[in-house]
Amino acid sequence: MQNSPQSPIIEASKLTKQFGAFTAVDAISFEVERGEIFGFLGANGAGKTTAMRMLTGLSRPTSGQARVAGIDVAAHPEKVKQRIGYMSQKFSLYEDLTVMENIRFYGGIYGLPRKQARQAGSQLIEQLGMEAFARKQVSGIPLGWRQKLSFSIALLHQPDVVFLDEPTGGVDPVTRRQFWEMIYQAAETGTTVFVTTHYMDEAEYCGRVSIMVDGQIAALDTPDRLKSEFQAANMHEVFLQLTRPKP
Amino acid sequence: MITAQNLSKAYGKTTALQEVSLTIQAGELFGLIGPDGAGKTTLLRILGTLLLPDAGTAFLDGKPVVESYRAIRRAIGYMPGTFSLYQDLTVEENLHFFATIFGTSIAENYELIRDIYVQLEPFKNRRAGQLSGGMKQKLALCCALIHRPRILLLDEPTTGVDPVSREEFWAMLQRLKSHGITMLVSTPYMDEASLCDRVALMRDGQVLSTGSPQSLIEAFDRPLLAVQADDTYRMLTDLRQFESTYSAFAFGHAVHLSLKAPVWPELVQSYLLNLKHTGVSVTPIAPSIEDVFIHAE
Repeated sequence: MQNSPQSPIIEASKLTKQFGAFTAVDAISFEVERGEIFGFLGANGAGKTTAMRMLTGLSRPTSGQARVAGIDVAAHPEKVKQRIGYMSQKFSLYEDLTVMENIRFYGGIYGLPRKQARQAGSQLIEQLGMEAFARKQVSGIPLGWRQKLSFSIALLHQPDVVFLDEPTGGVDPVTRRQFWEMIYQAAETGTTVFVTTHYMDEAEYCGRVSIMVDGQIAALDTPDRLKSEFQAANMHEVFLQLTRPKP
Repeated sequence: MITAQNLSKAYGKTTALQEVSLTIQAGELFGLIGPDGAGKTTLLRILGTLLLPDAGTAFLDGKPVVESYRAIRRAIGYMPGTFSLYQDLTVEENLHFFATIFGTSIAENYELIRDIYVQLEPFKNRRAGQLSGGMKQKLALCCALIHRPRILLLDEPTTGVDPVSREEFWAMLQRLKSHGITMLVSTPYMDEASLCDRVALMRDGQVLSTGSPQSLIEAFDRPLLAVQADDTYRMLTDLRQFESTYSAFAFGHAVHLSLKAPVWPELVQSYLLNLKHTGVSVTPIAPSIEDVFIHAE
């Protein structure tokens, strides 16, 4: 079950999801290396969310295979969940719990022993410089802090891979950049980061980027190679070329 | 066409809007640019007669929002931030419904929405709840326009929408301008500022600055350099240690370096080369609205 440090941390092979007659994800194959920052882009409705739900063990593939941290997502969805972290812009923290209560709650969910969860909590609050907020309800703390906190919580149980679903939507420009610096730090300590975003400048911060179009992966490479392949000045142009409906 | 004077609003202990004043001319496409929590929705709701301000006044087309809310509601179209049409009515039924409650018909104002509605017409018998995100957004815009409003208030119409669909949506708004409709649009995407005639940058319930995108860019008074190197992240950390650095932030594959005082680009270049950086290039650049926002106080 344990995969070796050399093998890819995410392996998808002809991964497919159909809803009735509609193929949302159409036989996608790709690999993500350990410690990589992998950008998962695509237009609305291209199949990103469905693919991500299969990789996180929330949705069963119609056909094909995916292994995350060496675990088959269809055969052992619950085991996969123990090895990954997840954060989305929409939901992450309980607003009526305090910062510390949220940390301890998630520590419990992720199976950390009580003492360890408490230590991890104090450590985390210190690292984030959030001492002033520790006993405040999450609803009362600024949005930027909430995002940083929920990212840290997704890393609490030291997962192999963290899935970030539009983590910076609606976040102010400075916080958005601070958030990416946290992503870099996580990647440097060996955590693999799988991230979706609608900000094309953020695509440039990824090691490699895949762009989904109509359920398939239309392109997958480093931002530099994609830009030269499509003769584009930036990732925004690459994205437009791939996803704009042909006249 | 729209005037706000010292509008304030608090929800319990949380201040949502703090003495906001704005003037929007007839026919303008005006952007409220700011992150979540800036007060954009609160401001739009007050102007749309859906929320009472705690203090301050606002006028739409010369009428006070609190006293003349009935007249104002007939003159404005409002598209809320969350999809608020009837999910179990079809596309056509929704449009018909909104036309009827404003005492008009689809036929009467069809020419105003034609551009947008032709894309929806193949799905006119589909229930609104079954539409894709982009289609829902187009239908919501049609429903907000069907009574031919003079003012259109759009609350984050492009949030969570991919870059291609965002461009299409702004192109639709540009076309509506030719009908003389005054539009107030909020967005968290800084790059959309350049598509507006004028914008207000908002943060924490306050307006930081107002003006045309060009005038805000011209008012930016710090020297700004775009710096590139092979290892962007290490360069970012190193640039923050550079003595003339005011701030350094990643912008895609480059770092935008703002300086306390003008410095020769060569000086930054040799600083990075000394730290064993490769692929270094340093170019003076004009700021983007996002640079302006980051430095606004």
